[in-house]
Amino acid sequence: MANRIAVALTALADPTRRAIFERVGAGPAAVGQIAAALPVSRPAVSQHLKVLKEAGLVTDTPEGTRRVYRLDPRGLGALREWLDGFWGDQLAAFRDFADGQENAR
Amino acid sequence: MTIAPIVQSVTVAVPPDRAFVLFTGSIGRWWKRGMTIGAKPHEDVVIEPFVGGRWFERDEDGAEVDWGRVLAWEPPGRVLLGWQIDAAFRPDPDLTTEVEVTFVPDGNGTSVTLTHRHLERFGESAERIAAQLGGGWPGLLQLFADLTMEDA
Repeated sequence: MANRIAVALTALADPTRRAIFERVGAGPAAVGQIAAALPVSRPAVSQHLKVLKEAGLVTDTPEGTRRVYRLDPRGLGALREWLDGFWGDQLAAFRDFADGQENAR
Repeated sequence: MTIAPIVQSVTVAVPPDRAFVLFTGSIGRWWKRGMTIGAKPHEDVVIEPFVGGRWFERDEDGAEVDWGRVLAWEPPGRVLLGWQIDAAFRPDPDLTTEVEVTFVPDGNGTSVTLTHRHLERFGESAERIAAQLGGGWPGLLQLFADLTMEDA
């Protein structure tokens, strides 16, 4: 988890890459559409998308002669892992509290 | 697309009826500080004890921030809560995932099992969330980064 989050954080630390990620988040888009919306060349957009894809943040599918990028639903796996730790912490806090109540009797 | 639910269990030393009361009625006393979503730290967390009841935090500034609703209220064995918080930890009345907590006798104590399910609904609304927040992911990652800072 820590590694995946670190990779994703690093990928999104770059402002241009973050802008590209947000554009993909607004709706599926091809490289040309993304490049048209931002002051970035197509080759540079392609390079940034490659990094985002390796970080598990976007996924691409071929449609005709172009590739369309979307948010990667597997990115939700990281959310799940995060929630797993969240609830683990909360239940541990509840156990400590409940057992403390028992001992205080 | 479905995502496996989160299932977590702990065993506590009190019987189920007591565990149920402490979990639901005293949630504001054991919920970890900093793990809430309002602008200010929470003063209390409230689960109203009936179906349709509100689940919310009351913050130090008096603000009440909704977390969701009570979907089933079956003391001492089970409570089902609607979690109306999105992937970026913001209230979202249009999104409900479920948090079920069961209380089963275990020796002199209770086995408490929490299940957070229908997580794929985060995905169904991911694009909407992303559009609203400039990306649900950055919000989540920022939250994680903040928590990491607190731990450090």
